[in-house]
Amino acid sequence: MTDSKYFTTTKKGEIFELKAELNSDKKEKKKEAVKKVIASMTVGKDVSALFPDVVNCMQTDNLELKKLVYLYLMNYAKSQPDMAIMAVNTFVKDCEDPNPLIRALAVRTMGCIRVDKITEYLCEPLRKCLKDEDPYVRKTAAVCVAKLHDINAQLVEDQGFLDTLKDLISDSNPMVVANAVAALSEIAESHPNSNLLDLNPQSINKLLTALNECTEWGQIFILDCLANYTPRDDRESQSICERVTPRLSHANSAVVLSAVKVLMKFMEMLPKDLDYYGTLLKKLAPPLVTLLSAEPELQYVALRNINLIVQKRPEILKHEMKVFFVKYNDPIYVKLEKLDIMIRLASQANIAQVLAELKEYATEVDVDFVRKAVRAIGRCAIKVEQSAERCVSTLLDLIQTKVNYVVQEAIVVIKDIFRKYPNKYESVIATLCENLDSLDEPEARAAMIWIVGEYAERIDNADELLESFLEGFHDESTQVQLQLLTAIVKLFLKKPTETQELVQQVLSLATQDSDNPDLRDRGYIYWRLLSTDPVAAKEVVLAEKPLISEETDLIEPTLLEELICHIGTLASVYHKPPSAFVEGSRGVQHKRLPARAGSGESAESPDTVSTGGVSEAPPAVIPSQGDLLGDLLNLDLTPPTTTGPPPPTSSMQMGAMDLLGGGLDSLLGGDIGGSPAMGASFGAPPAVMPGSFNAPVSGGLSDLFDLGGGVGMPMGAYVPPKTVWLPAMKAKGLEISGTFARRSGVVQMEMTLTNKAMSVMGDFAIQFNRNSFGLAPAGPLQVLTPFTPNQSIEVTLPLNTVGPVMKMEPLNNLQVAVKNNIDVFYFSCQYPISMLFVEDGKMERQVFLATWKDIPNDNESQFQIKDCHLNSDAASNKLQGSNIFTIAKRTVDGQDMLYQSMKLTNGIWILAELKVQAGNPNYTISLKCRAPEVAQSVFQSYEAVLKN
Amino acid sequence: MIHSLFLVNASGDIFLEKHWKSVVSRSVCDYFFEAQERATEPENVPPVIPTPHHYLISVLRHRIYFVAVIQSEVPPLFVIEFLHRVVDTFQDYFGVCTEAAIKDNVVVVYELLEEMLDNGFPLATESNILKELIKPPTILRTMVNTITGSTNVGEQLPTGQLSVVPWRRTGVKYTNNEAYFDVVEEIDAIIDKSGSTITAEIQGVIDACVKLTGMPDLTLSFMNPRLLDDVSFHPCVRFKRWEAERILSFIPPDGNFRLLSYHVSSQNLVAIPVYVKHNITFREGSSQGRFDLTLGPKQTMGKAVESVLVSSQLPRGVLNTNLNPSQGTYTFDPVTKLLTWDVGKINPQKLPSLKGSMSLQAGASKPDENPTINIQFKIQQMAISGLKVNRLDMYGEKYKPFKGIKYMTKAGKFQVRT
Repeated sequence: MTDSKYFTTTKKGEIFELKAELNSDKKEKKKEAVKKVIASMTVGKDVSALFPDVVNCMQTDNLELKKLVYLYLMNYAKSQPDMAIMAVNTFVKDCEDPNPLIRALAVRTMGCIRVDKITEYLCEPLRKCLKDEDPYVRKTAAVCVAKLHDINAQLVEDQGFLDTLKDLISDSNPMVVANAVAALSEIAESHPNSNLLDLNPQSINKLLTALNECTEWGQIFILDCLANYTPRDDRESQSICERVTPRLSHANSAVVLSAVKVLMKFMEMLPKDLDYYGTLLKKLAPPLVTLLSAEPELQYVALRNINLIVQKRPEILKHEMKVFFVKYNDPIYVKLEKLDIMIRLASQANIAQVLAELKEYATEVDVDFVRKAVRAIGRCAIKVEQSAERCVSTLLDLIQTKVNYVVQEAIVVIKDIFRKYPNKYESVIATLCENLDSLDEPEARAAMIWIVGEYAERIDNADELLESFLEGFHDESTQVQLQLLTAIVKLFLKKPTETQELVQQVLSLATQDSDNPDLRDRGYIYWRLLSTDPVAAKEVVLAEKPLISEETDLIEPTLLEELICHIGTLASVYHKPPSAFVEGSRGVQHKRLPARAGSGESAESPDTVSTGGVSEAPPAVIPSQGDLLGDLLNLDLTPPTTTGPPPPTSSMQMGAMDLLGGGLDSLLGGDIGGSPAMGASFGAPPAVMPGSFNAPVSGGLSDLFDLGGGVGMPMGAYVPPKTVWLPAMKAKGLEISGTFARRSGVVQMEMTLTNKAMSVMGDFAIQFNRNSFGLAPAGPLQVLTPFTPNQSIEVTLPLNTVGPVMKMEPLNNLQVAVKNNIDVFYFSCQYPISMLFVEDGKMERQVFLATWKDIPNDNESQFQIKDCHLNSDAASNKLQGSNIFTIAKRTVDGQDMLYQSMKLTNGIWILAELKVQAGNPNYTISLKCRAPEVAQSVFQSYEAVLKN
Repeated sequence: MIHSLFLVNASGDIFLEKHWKSVVSRSVCDYFFEAQERATEPENVPPVIPTPHHYLISVLRHRIYFVAVIQSEVPPLFVIEFLHRVVDTFQDYFGVCTEAAIKDNVVVVYELLEEMLDNGFPLATESNILKELIKPPTILRTMVNTITGSTNVGEQLPTGQLSVVPWRRTGVKYTNNEAYFDVVEEIDAIIDKSGSTITAEIQGVIDACVKLTGMPDLTLSFMNPRLLDDVSFHPCVRFKRWEAERILSFIPPDGNFRLLSYHVSSQNLVAIPVYVKHNITFREGSSQGRFDLTLGPKQTMGKAVESVLVSSQLPRGVLNTNLNPSQGTYTFDPVTKLLTWDVGKINPQKLPSLKGSMSLQAGASKPDENPTINIQFKIQQMAISGLKVNRLDMYGEKYKPFKGIKYMTKAGKFQVRT
């Protein structure tokens, strides 16, 4: 006799029959009937018509029957609110029952009946139950408050239930405490700003005591609640950690992960040299490893969280690489996550092992997994420099397998390897070219074309190869088309004689026959560049590209920190901030997993960065093309009727700016005379654009235009006022005052020489002592002679940085010797380090992030800049003038954070984070650099630039 | 917290739904079905699926998907752990957890689910407490209930529910007092082509069956507790005592429970009890392949390796096999390409082998992938990590219990690459 019999009655008069049975006098029959009703309900049949009959069965001493009726009530009360009132009396009566089980059951069920009318009757019994002598009833009542709050929040507040609930945190019974915490947490979620869970050291102590004694689920609630607390000092933080650590040995993985969260968060507060800190780090590893031996679903969640943990504190799991090795029967979602973590943990120490594994994976069956494994090999090469060679040879082995998708993935990653280690592994190009025909995926084709274009001079038949791609130009995806266009232009610049026809063909394909604005715009720009100034074109297109960073897929540090605070939650599974969930659960579409971080790195076309500096070279126009182009551009750009500024959505303009950045002015400047129409349409925008971007254009656009918009408002580099370097007293009448400046990318020493002696001077020469950045005169010191007494002349001496290097103290000290016909004089001066900031000191965002992380924290130094009254945008502009580039700006709580980068002439990158608080004249600046010695001088430059 | 639960069978039908808050339309499962369709294998359905208004968290056990619906930020592990607990409870109650069993006991299932969660908050998940609240169905009880009209729902507040030892009920009485412990270790290992160990780790558990009268307080000590540096305890174990003295001290739950699970990590040396000699080759151009497999014991401390079962997923190109086992039986499923060889016991004097040829699709090229060999085995009376229980003492009660300890080693995910 089983319950399945309840499912079998499918006759037509079923409801009618049930009705009769429900009204039967026999208890047993009644119960059977209710069971049948419940069974129908569970499979989704509508049995709401039986409501009155079922409710009639409620008045019974039989607990099972009562429970069944309650089950029914909870399901259907909403659709029959009037009938539900009939049940109220029984509930109220049951709340007085001597049996605590029945009291609890009644208050629990009432809370589940989501009918407004009933909630009014619920208040009194609930109040009593919250103070019931039996803890079982109290803990049930605590949850009931949360239920009631969900139905009618105002009522709960008016009735003062929240305060009662808060009191329950100090209850003597741990289960009651746990449930009170759970209920409060749930209520607090809908009131983000309420202080429902304001914890103080006393309540923390209560929670920690309850933590040891309540059920596993209660422990989760309490731990999650603890994680929101901020300890007053490291002492308190340590004592909480000590009391939470035993939870790491709990059998319930959710408890373990919640404990990990609390520890990861509070650990931040502990001083690193503390012994306990080290102990704690060691204790964290085993429970995380253990999570990986659980069921696959648990493993998945654990892996997503471990992914965050290894980014934050790689030291915890650095010896545990092996547990992340993939078993062939792991579910695919576990495999992919493990792979990701393997790469994050890869280091010189274990790279051989990792590579051997990855190669093994690359021969598995599952296509997605194999692809990711191949990509992982590429990422290893980029991450661990020493392994690059081995990675490349592994990839070549894989290409030899001729498995189509393996070959394609391998080519995509080899492209990245080329970008990281240029001019190192070009010998493999021949092998790659052999597989040209088998490539059918856009990404692989694009990568291959990029390689051919980039190394066109070493590939004999590069033109043939590219021409073969050109045949089906219009059937290719945009990615491939763009790449093909760029590659052919590169080829043309490298071998102009043989490929003129080809380049014209591709330019016309791109500009005339394509509907894709990106492609067309890029085509125009190349065309124009080539026609106006091939030398400039060469410098733009063949510019040295910045190396790609080792970890482009790292989570942004601030987001990572936020996510670490949410370990174990959905946010940590999706690696998205919880703000995307709390309200976002309504309305925002989360249809699929966020794009895996790894895919971003190669999606970005290599050419967007190839637009470094445009220098002004003498124009050498190819006339025929130029004319044609001028016409085309006029057509495209000048809206036939307008006189006002063209709409900022004009794709041409955006493309242009994106591609050319700062070079735009010079490029267009030369042309304005030639085509007045163009001049007009372009002349206007810069004045207007900055205003129009700032407000409405969000996200993508501001990315395109960068902050501060280098177009409209160039600010000159800061030049310190001249100071006297060599007083006349000391130099037999020769007085030299001077300063340093950087003008159009050239470092200059600008001096005023005054002859205070009685005789004419001549035969000037200058020499520098060895100095920190190898500064040396780029030419002789030219002083107009005769240099008569009381005459003053201005001398500008261009400098280069190829001289001998010796570290000076202070760093920016320069010792100079000046000779004239009288004697040799020595003086020393200090130059602002900002004049050594080069024009291409703007880092890619991704690179910036990775580098910032990569530089050890010890290299970070912080300074205060006092009494500066600029707002962040003005500051950013001003700094940009001195080649301090703002890469990103974030506003947090009214505080603007500018992320800036600069590069010294000797290639040292300096990263900075400038915090500007509106209304506060004191800025805080953090500098990070691999050579921390420069920090002090850089800071001085900041101060000088900002204050002048 | 947890909003609703849907049970979905292998063919994609929802056969049970339960809502703890307002009713969520079962159409929400469409997103799950979409994901299910995309996944090539049933176990590849991602465990967390977002939908516009809800999140679906699912586990697959006994070929049933348990799909929980949540609406707000809830720790996914919490949900997954709870779902596993539901499955365990069903198994505990009905012996098996199948669609048929659940349908047969649908009312009990409903009562259980209602007891386990209140408004999405876990209420009673300890099997001891549940069994006091809702009696497990037995044939005898069903008959008695039918005759007397009594119920299978407990009338009393479960005693363990609020005590400091919620896992144990009071007033337990047995005529034979006994306490048995099983130390079971599983080796997870990956062995590479050449026979060297890539990774090996041991997952161990100590399961207990304790039937003791009253409130006994037990202590269990080990010969070599140093091995246990990564452990998860049943809540009954006093953690402080373990930290200080490396002794397990606890008041046990009544009946079967898992006292602790532990993990001996790959950094320790793990003994590998079997070795495999294999030679699986396909020749380019011919439609034949060679298959040659020999098993042998190693590092077994003289204990016999039993219940050996070898399975391997052969490449898709393999049409059929013609193999000859020296012992046991083998099967090859030409559809799934799964080769299984039930070896039985390994005799060290005469090593079991499986030799022969495989026929490939004519004209097909040599398969790219190398099949992985999966091995299952059991070794009685040995814990491969070397863990040994020293002694078991009982305090708090006067009688003398029967005590027993068994050891066993099994293969977990034991894979040999070829």
